[in-house]
Amino acid sequence: MEEPLDLIRLSIDERVYVKCRGSRELRGKLHAYDQHLNMILGEVEETVTTTEIDEETDEEIVKKQTRKVGMLFVRGDIIVLVSPPLRTT
Amino acid sequence: MTGTLHSVDQYLNVKLLNVKVINPEKYPQLIALKNCFVRGSVVRYIQIPPEHVDTELLQDATRRENAPASSKK
Repeated sequence: MEEPLDLIRLSIDERVYVKCRGSRELRGKLHAYDQHLNMILGEVEETVTTTEIDEETDEEIVKKQTRKVGMLFVRGDIIVLVSPPLRTT
Repeated sequence: MTGTLHSVDQYLNVKLLNVKVINPEKYPQLIALKNCFVRGSVVRYIQIPPEHVDTELLQDATRRENAPASSKK
């Protein structure tokens, strides 16, 4: 029986890309997850993208902030997308 | 916000003791807190000291818990 979560099961102990709510992206090693998609990620890099609108020119200014976290529990309800091992970077 | 993890329940509600606010400039109203209870549904992340985590155990437990139905017989 194949189910979507099998894809994530095969990604255990590999680096994955996780897209979250609030323009947040995580890249890290998948150590554990459950049926809610709560996860434990290791050696995580979080990227938060914020956009501001310049009042004078009406141009969008996109800012990316990244930070590193050694070990992170992520609550499943903020997760939008999980992508298997990254071959790049 | 950081603190000693006291307990976690089935909803992932969390009770923290001796809390410290990481960003007091942004959240001055929280400075006075010593202990607190956080509703699980509003938690985004919990940062864990990596040295306290047995990653192999976690991975094995996850594989077992999410094993395909066919292999559970």
